[in-house]
Amino acid sequence: MTPAVTAAKIDLSELDRHRPYLLKFAMLQLRQKDAAEDVVQDVFLAALKGAQGFAGRSSVRTWLTSILLNKIADYRARAQRETSLDARQEQDAESVDALFQANGTYVSMPQEWRNPEEALGDRRFFEALERCLEGLSPRDARTFLLRELMGLSIDEICKETGVSATNCSVILHRARMRLRACLEARWFAGAAET
Amino acid sequence: MMPTCRQVSDLLSERLDRRLRPMERLRLRIHLAMCKACARVEGQLELLRKAMSELPKSRRDS
Repeated sequence: MTPAVTAAKIDLSELDRHRPYLLKFAMLQLRQKDAAEDVVQDVFLAALKGAQGFAGRSSVRTWLTSILLNKIADYRARAQRETSLDARQEQDAESVDALFQANGTYVSMPQEWRNPEEALGDRRFFEALERCLEGLSPRDARTFLLRELMGLSIDEICKETGVSATNCSVILHRARMRLRACLEARWFAGAAET
Repeated sequence: MMPTCRQVSDLLSERLDRRLRPMERLRLRIHLAMCKACARVEGQLELLRKAMSELPKSRRDS
C-alpha cells in the first residue's frame, strides 16, 4: 500500500500516478471511454478542491477510489442506466454452484495453463481479461476491481460499499472462479492448440 | 474431514484477502498435495492477481 501522504503534498503529478488505475476502473464499470474520462476528470477536480479534506488516514489511492465511486454513482443516476441491475444480480447466486458437482468436485477439470508468464506480455491476453470482467455482474465486478485493481482491503471495501465482510468474500470467490474459467476458455484453451 | 475442491477453492480465494488459520492452512496443504485440479487453480488465481495489477499498464505499450 502507498504510504499516507499529507494534504500539502497532493498535487497534480501525485494524482496523475493513479490516473491509469482510476481510468481502467471507470472504463470497466461504465463501459464507455468518454464517460470514464469525464468521470475521472471530475475526480481530479474534486480531489484538488478537497485536498485539505484528505487527512492521510488512508492511502491516496483509497481516497481517490472513494471519490470515484461517488462520481460513478452520480453519473449512473444522471444517465439512469441501472435498470437491468436487479435481473443480473439474481444470476449471482447460481454461478459458483454451476462450476462444481454435488460432491464438491469440478464439473470440468481445470486445465494446465501453458506459458502463463508469456500471456502477461501479450496485449490480447489483457483484452480477453477485460471481456471476462465484463461478463461479471456489475456488483461482483465492482467488488473484485476494488480489491484487485485498486488494492483496497476487505475492511475498506465494506466501508465504501456497505457490503458485509462475509458477503464480500463470497463475491470475491465467485468472481475469481468465474474469471479463472473464463480465461481458460477464452485464452488458454486456444493458446494450447498452437 | 477432507475438504472438497469447492471448499478448497474458497480457501484459495480467502487466502488472497486474509491470513488463514493454522487448521485451514493444514487442510489446504494436504488437499493440494493430492489434488491436481486444485493445485492448478492455486497457480491460476495467483496469475489472475498478477494480471489485474498489470492491467492498467497493459495498453501503454500498444
